[in-house]
Amino acid sequence: MSIIAQHGEIFIILACLFGFFMAWGVGANDVANAMGTSVGSRAITIKQAIIIAVIFEFLGAWLAGGEVTATIRGGIIDPELLEADPQFLVYGMLSALLAAAIWLLIASAKGWPVSTTHSIVGAIVGFGAVGLGLEAVAWGKVGTIASSWVVSPVLAGTIAFVLFKSVQHLIFESHDPFAAAKRYVPVYVFLVGFIVAMVTLTKGLAHVGLDLSFGQSFLLAILLGLAIMGLGILMERRVKYERRADDHFGFSNVERVFGVLMIFTACAMAFAHGSNDVANAVGPLAAVISVVRSDGVIDSAALVPWWVLVLGGGGIVFGLITYGHKVIATVGTGITELTPSRGFAATLAAASTVVLASGTGLPISTTHTLVGAVLGVGLARGMAALNLGVIGTIVMSWLITLPAGAGLSILFFFTFKGIFG
Amino acid sequence: MVTPNPFSAMFGRSPFQPLLAHIVKANECADQLLPFFEATLAGDWGEAARVRETITRLEHEADELKTELRLNLPSTLFLPVSRSDLLELVSVQDKMANKVRDITGIMLGRSMRMPEPLAQPMRDYMRTAVACVAQARQAMEELEALLESGFGRNVSDVMHRLIRELHVLEQQADGQQVAIRRQLFGLESELPPVDVIFLYKIIDWVGELSDRAERVGSRLQILTAR
Repeated sequence: MSIIAQHGEIFIILACLFGFFMAWGVGANDVANAMGTSVGSRAITIKQAIIIAVIFEFLGAWLAGGEVTATIRGGIIDPELLEADPQFLVYGMLSALLAAAIWLLIASAKGWPVSTTHSIVGAIVGFGAVGLGLEAVAWGKVGTIASSWVVSPVLAGTIAFVLFKSVQHLIFESHDPFAAAKRYVPVYVFLVGFIVAMVTLTKGLAHVGLDLSFGQSFLLAILLGLAIMGLGILMERRVKYERRADDHFGFSNVERVFGVLMIFTACAMAFAHGSNDVANAVGPLAAVISVVRSDGVIDSAALVPWWVLVLGGGGIVFGLITYGHKVIATVGTGITELTPSRGFAATLAAASTVVLASGTGLPISTTHTLVGAVLGVGLARGMAALNLGVIGTIVMSWLITLPAGAGLSILFFFTFKGIFG
Repeated sequence: MVTPNPFSAMFGRSPFQPLLAHIVKANECADQLLPFFEATLAGDWGEAARVRETITRLEHEADELKTELRLNLPSTLFLPVSRSDLLELVSVQDKMANKVRDITGIMLGRSMRMPEPLAQPMRDYMRTAVACVAQARQAMEELEALLESGFGRNVSDVMHRLIRELHVLEQQADGQQVAIRRQLFGLESELPPVDVIFLYKIIDWVGELSDRAERVGSRLQILTAR
């Protein structure tokens, strides 16, 4: 305990530094995929994508990032068992952050697949199992998290399938697709607003001072959804029918109406991504803070301090502005076969899944969820050509990232143990 | 090798644009048949040779498009239609261009000049066959709208209507073939026998051209069915 009293300030400063660095990495690398479907379908420009991402990643991180951060802070390593040597938790979390951030740098430089979520979870399980002993890790929770990594793409795929089928039946198969689009797109806009608001509100915004009951959350979510739907209706009024010689069904006009809808789904996706991935950076930071502040007593029920989420959100935005915009441009321009109607189905499905995971405190990979969602649209015959080899790439990334994160984290853990005792 | 970004790597190259480009090329090839025929009727073998060169060039370009399509269709590619149906369709499309080349090749090689009474019926017959090819192309052009609508019913209805019109055209060509053969039968004793054999061959081959166009329509129907 005296180690914490001695070096507490250094630990917090180090944790903030590493955490901010990690958040920068998330902003630089990960956001591009979250905005990929929106930019790739040409519904929004790269500049618009960056502005949306800056605003909504921050909001998502701050307003809805609490649950996943709490999981990473104290859900994976059982804090009860560290009563005697709480400084080990500090070493471990610092090493996990450093390991994940360094792995992010190495993998990006070498062009290997990288998932920030898998890096940090692998790193934490690594130092926990090896540095502290196998009984220190809450294997039940780890099992739940691992299964969520498989369930989330499947769930997103299912939702995307259903969404695209509905778009196809309600709009593309009607006698006047443009009129049908104008009629039904506001409903989809409502859905976007409602889902995001509902999950965020019911899981509690207690850390910003807003504690509502389920009924109140439901009503507020409906009101927010209706307000956003109103905004959507105003925006779609500006889309006028343009007759084109080679398009006698008017599908290009339908796509332009969906372009309006995609602005809202892009916001939802940025919000969802921020809410889930901020924890990768600030979850360990929150753990260090709670140990140091309470002088060695680890209280997993305590709320994550609001400024921690703000630091994380700020780091993501900083990474986005300094480097992320280049990656967004690369990912976006590389996608040529995605139209707004498909992009909408995939993005809303992924955003709903991620927001749901954030609400339940499960850290998942946004990239893999998006892949699952796009495959779901493909199953509904919505995509011209998809490479199924990507599934192999995803499995490979699990096999590479998890051990790499764990290995580096174990290394740093024993280093810190050596330095600080 | 492991690619850096599974998300970007997921979007594959669509084979439908090259497929459409191929049938446009085959149609351009078939459109040269009537100018070639007019040149042979006028006895202008220089002009006929030039048109045939154009036909050969177009047919080679179609072959290249077909090869490229096949090379860019790995089995890990997930398509909204059956991959083997797609490959079959491009083969059948290609056969149309091949047939045009064969017809013009023999006619040029033997300096075949259609007997006077057969000129107009033959012209109409060839026109029908070329119209079959054009109709097949029109049906294929609906494929883009079909993909966009996620294989919606209203677009498939339009496509199937076009394919039915193709069947009607092909039956018309069949009727014209019977009439021309009967006419030739009446004239054959007055003409050199070897020439007559090859005239029958040309009539058969033009009939095969419209058959192949109709087959493209059938393949397209199979491709888009669930």
